[in-house]
Amino acid sequence: MREVAIVAAGMTRFGELWESSLRDLFVEAASDAMRNAGVDAVDDIYIGNMSGGQFVGQEHLAPLMADHLGLAGVGATRVESACASGGAALRLGYLSVASGMSDVVLVAGVEKMTDGADATQVLATAADQETEAYHGITFPGLYALIARAYMERYGATEEDLAWVAVKDHAHGALNPKAQFPRKITVEDVLSSTMVSDPLRLLNCSPVSDGAAAVILVPLEEASKYTDRPVRIRGVGQATGSMALADREDPTWLDAVAAAAERAYRMAGVGPEDIQVAEVHDCFSIAEVCCIEALGFVERGEGAAAAREGLTALGGRIPVNTSGGLKAKGHPVGASGVAQAIEIFHQLRGEAGERQVEGARIGLTQNMGGSGASAVVHIFERV
Amino acid sequence: MPSPRYWREVPGRYRLEAGRCEDCGKVSFPARTICPSCRGTNIASITLSRRATVVTSTVVRVPPDEFLMEAPYAVALLDTPEGARFMAQVVDCEPEEVVPGMEVELEFRLIRKEGDTGIRCYGHKGVPARTQP
Repeated sequence: MREVAIVAAGMTRFGELWESSLRDLFVEAASDAMRNAGVDAVDDIYIGNMSGGQFVGQEHLAPLMADHLGLAGVGATRVESACASGGAALRLGYLSVASGMSDVVLVAGVEKMTDGADATQVLATAADQETEAYHGITFPGLYALIARAYMERYGATEEDLAWVAVKDHAHGALNPKAQFPRKITVEDVLSSTMVSDPLRLLNCSPVSDGAAAVILVPLEEASKYTDRPVRIRGVGQATGSMALADREDPTWLDAVAAAAERAYRMAGVGPEDIQVAEVHDCFSIAEVCCIEALGFVERGEGAAAAREGLTALGGRIPVNTSGGLKAKGHPVGASGVAQAIEIFHQLRGEAGERQVEGARIGLTQNMGGSGASAVVHIFERV
Repeated sequence: MPSPRYWREVPGRYRLEAGRCEDCGKVSFPARTICPSCRGTNIASITLSRRATVVTSTVVRVPPDEFLMEAPYAVALLDTPEGARFMAQVVDCEPEEVVPGMEVELEFRLIRKEGDTGIRCYGHKGVPARTQP
């Protein structure tokens, strides 16, 4: 296997982008990445997309995207793993380069969520249709079930969860690409509308449009494209039980823990070596459970991390410096790639006001459904 | 949904038929052909009792369109004495009253209607048990 590096990135702003279609979003991000790499062709394309079919009626979107990028002819594949689609696409792009099959690969993620579909219903298709969605559960509902179980077990409070959103928005306020680049307070969160008890509106990531893209090449050729490549040092993917009821412990994301363990093993590092991380905070409780499964904190200690500043910029392990899915936005298929872009910028020292000084090793963790699929990548500045 | 998709699920939804792995004892509901715990295929059919305990719960206030007329409603993970855990709505009480530890009885109820011309979908919901712990 060859070593693989990211040499360029491009992304749209995230938000309710009514002027842009699914294809416009992809073309903007992918062109941006290709321009930054100085390439006008690629060998292979992987596109993370959860549900073009349900959001805008468009399946078979890989050739459509390649065509509109002016690259009809190239091999292109759409990758679906619900909200982990972007991370799963990145892993396949990695494999394509690492295997020697391709020398320049475009990995993108795209989602157009605001073109009129019932987003709650579409997202619920990532749950088990026969045993979960049948009974009227929603995604906020699934994570609310996790949140209440967590609060019962560990004594965490709504205020603890509010701090996760407050921290993410403080970071997002520094990100010009974020959907909500502004600070919020604990009081704002606790007085926002209840969506699914105990989760309130400001505990939930938004419905967003957006696209993100990166260019992967063999590490040994990376200097042809940039003087600051970022090596992909570890990759891990895992699955867990689809239905929340089938997990041994609803508060423990076993797929995230397994994906992390694989990525750490491959990279030869541990959680204590990670200096900056983007984790899947689709709901405040998700970030809490993810940082536990990633080993950043002990089980049961995740809820205190944001409140105590551990995961804020300047803390021991800054998490979601981009603003996370919460403040940056969550165009579901794009999120996994956008996470990698934030770490790419951090490790190149170009994250501006969000910069984690001296960051050399970073991690991304992307997951689908209520945690049934998970992808973890570990990156290193070279 | 097309009716075959619906009636395939009838054993679990109407009759609470679950599967118990004869090799490791793991109970799956609905029944599976391969045990998720030990991969055994020697699965016995059992019927769940109509009593369960709330493991965790929520109140769905922003529902999918199809459940718009039902909201707010409580959804919970329920444990039965046989060791099955599954998701169901808990009704016949204020949704906020559904909390972990609550004892429920399972009753056969209408779950959803697929518009005016679609099929009516049934299954089980929890209702507060007459005797609480």
